[in-house]
Amino acid sequence: MQHFYFDHNATTPVAPEVLETMVSCLGQVYGNASSIHHFGQAAKQKLEGARRQVAALIHATPAEIVFTSGGTEADNLAVLGVVRASARVHRHMVISAIEHSAVLSSAAQLEREGVAVTRLPVGANGTVDPATVRSALRPETVLISVMHANNELGVVQPIAEIATIARQADVTIHADGVQALGKIAVDVKALGVDLYSMSGHKLYAPKGVGTLYVRKGTKLAPVTFGGHHERDHRPGTENVPGIVALGAACDLAGRTLAEESARLAALRDRLERSVLRRIPGTGVNGGGAARTPNTANIYFDSVDGEAMVIALDLRGFAVSTGSACSSGAITPSHVLTAIGLSADRARSSLRFSLGRSTTLEQVDALVEALETSVVHLRRISVHA
Amino acid sequence: MPDAPPIAVAMSGGVDSSTVAALLVRQGHKIVGMTMQLWNQRRLPELAPETSGHGRCCSLDDVYDARRVAEQVGIPYYVVNFEKQFEEQVVQPFVDEYLAGRTPVPCTLCNNYIKFDRFLEMADAVGAHHIATGHYARVRYDETAGRYQLLRARDASKDQTYFLFGLTQKQLARTLFPLGEMVKPEVRELAREMDLAVASKGDSQEICFVPNGDYAAFLNAYLKDKGAAPQATRGEIVTTDGRTLGEHQGVHHFTVGQRKGLGISSREPLYVISTDAATQRVVVGGNDDLLCTQFAARQVNWISIAGVTAPVRAQVKIRNKHAAAPATLHPSTDPLGVEVIFDEPQRAVTPGQGAVFYDGDLVLGGGWIA
Repeated sequence: MQHFYFDHNATTPVAPEVLETMVSCLGQVYGNASSIHHFGQAAKQKLEGARRQVAALIHATPAEIVFTSGGTEADNLAVLGVVRASARVHRHMVISAIEHSAVLSSAAQLEREGVAVTRLPVGANGTVDPATVRSALRPETVLISVMHANNELGVVQPIAEIATIARQADVTIHADGVQALGKIAVDVKALGVDLYSMSGHKLYAPKGVGTLYVRKGTKLAPVTFGGHHERDHRPGTENVPGIVALGAACDLAGRTLAEESARLAALRDRLERSVLRRIPGTGVNGGGAARTPNTANIYFDSVDGEAMVIALDLRGFAVSTGSACSSGAITPSHVLTAIGLSADRARSSLRFSLGRSTTLEQVDALVEALETSVVHLRRISVHA
Repeated sequence: MPDAPPIAVAMSGGVDSSTVAALLVRQGHKIVGMTMQLWNQRRLPELAPETSGHGRCCSLDDVYDARRVAEQVGIPYYVVNFEKQFEEQVVQPFVDEYLAGRTPVPCTLCNNYIKFDRFLEMADAVGAHHIATGHYARVRYDETAGRYQLLRARDASKDQTYFLFGLTQKQLARTLFPLGEMVKPEVRELAREMDLAVASKGDSQEICFVPNGDYAAFLNAYLKDKGAAPQATRGEIVTTDGRTLGEHQGVHHFTVGQRKGLGISSREPLYVISTDAATQRVVVGGNDDLLCTQFAARQVNWISIAGVTAPVRAQVKIRNKHAAAPATLHPSTDPLGVEVIFDEPQRAVTPGQGAVFYDGDLVLGGGWIA
């Protein structure tokens, strides 16, 4: 049986050109980038080349790029690092209610350490209203953290407006850009953020590598301790092959982004239109907002999403009920709940995330399988 | 059989259900393996799961084992989350029953409402007509009666029909128990022969979500977790002739027939005869006081016969470890009930436990002891 992949927000396959670069690096460049000798220098050159590639994609300077083990570590370093770097006795931070668990759990940890946390609600289309950010600010606010694009809905937040508010109030702002990078154009200078998290494996690079953009002058306490790597922000011998792959993936994204996002948006719109036309009791979650071009989140009333994912998988279509990091959880998605969906409707929602391998034929085949599965599940009434 | 509908196998990660999956694959069936995630073992950390990790349901280790077997035999495998249903339909009733002074059988509830209900629904969802489990029991269709019959397993020491008395005809029609004709050593041998990673894994304990069988500790931890104020449960321990012997910390610490843990010294061995949640009174007495000839069963589910309209001879089992005793089933004024009269008095007939009626290997039906 053929298997079609509609879960690119969970992870992406490594692009062939990225793989080639990485494998050649793994085979040949084995030096420690901190070593003085020839071998170390070769690794260091690769490392810095990749840093320039990442910086170029997001319009940063190479010195502002800190490599990490992935998006989660980047988020942890940003949130914990900024708040713990503040010498104030009373500290407060603002996040949105629909952040990824990497930010939510970091904020919860700080809360246990005595930091006050405000979690901003989102509107029915999944967008944070910048006015709520302004009114949440307190004299002791040290950080605002709002994701650039949401992993479940694809909704893009008004980061530039929020960053303006942050700047006026002299508060550091972090954006989790894991689901935005490679899908929409990212310019950290235009966005006006101080920190921006990125992940390799959402961008056709391998797992285990990520990046935090740290604007020059941003105060950041380390969260791990060791050597003086990454300008003292992140100790540990650099994962040069992974970083090189991330650099190549950024390069690739820069070259293909405009064309690929237009192609994916057309496919995504076709998927949504076909589903809504052919299957009654369906609707797009977060449909009214600005979104990344590859993500569709659709509810199928009176259908159990978990059962649907399994039924579709057995037909050869890989989709998800939401974040892969919370699958298997019994509580409905915090994102879908935050946009006002009932628990039943949240449990009957599926996320489809398209990518480089997705074709028009695959989308049409998916719609067929969805229609068949929904009819079957409604007939046997496995309710959410 | 590439186009035949698949069979959904409930895989717990233990040797029995793993062998079922491997066996059905070997027989050429199309299989989908699923593990039911029923209870989060990390939820009540004070029950110290680290020290008693063996044989617990739904641990990460069990899911790991089930996944490994599925990979080994080459079948699609999924973990399905029924934690919400399990808590509502098994754990909460279990706690309520204990607090009401009865001794519940959660495994039967789990079979009735989760394994042979919710899991069947999930099987439907993925297009499977039949489910298979690692239970030790047998099902067959009786042409003359037009009914599915449930029979004891060939391995009497492993027979699980006591916990399966709630199965309806519809459920039995779709259920396969591939281990029913095998004895446990044969199952282990088969698992070894098929080189299953779980071949020498230990057997699981009886009530999966209660660590070390400590019901009282589970109840306290669960109620605390739910934010329920610990009930001021104190009461008197009295004898059958009304003498007060001491105090206790709540009737849920006691079950009929219990001897240990009364905290009373006495020349004659003392046993719990009955408990009363309303008065928090625990009545104790001698072994003879536990003997009982007759009881009423309620909410009876008939399996191999349609019901009783006249007295019917049977052997009746009143708890899992009880050897079924000869009795007569009499029709009751309660349309869903039956009156059971033993030939010889039986020890510790316990309200809340199941009573299962046999005719030899055949399970006639079963109900709850009132």
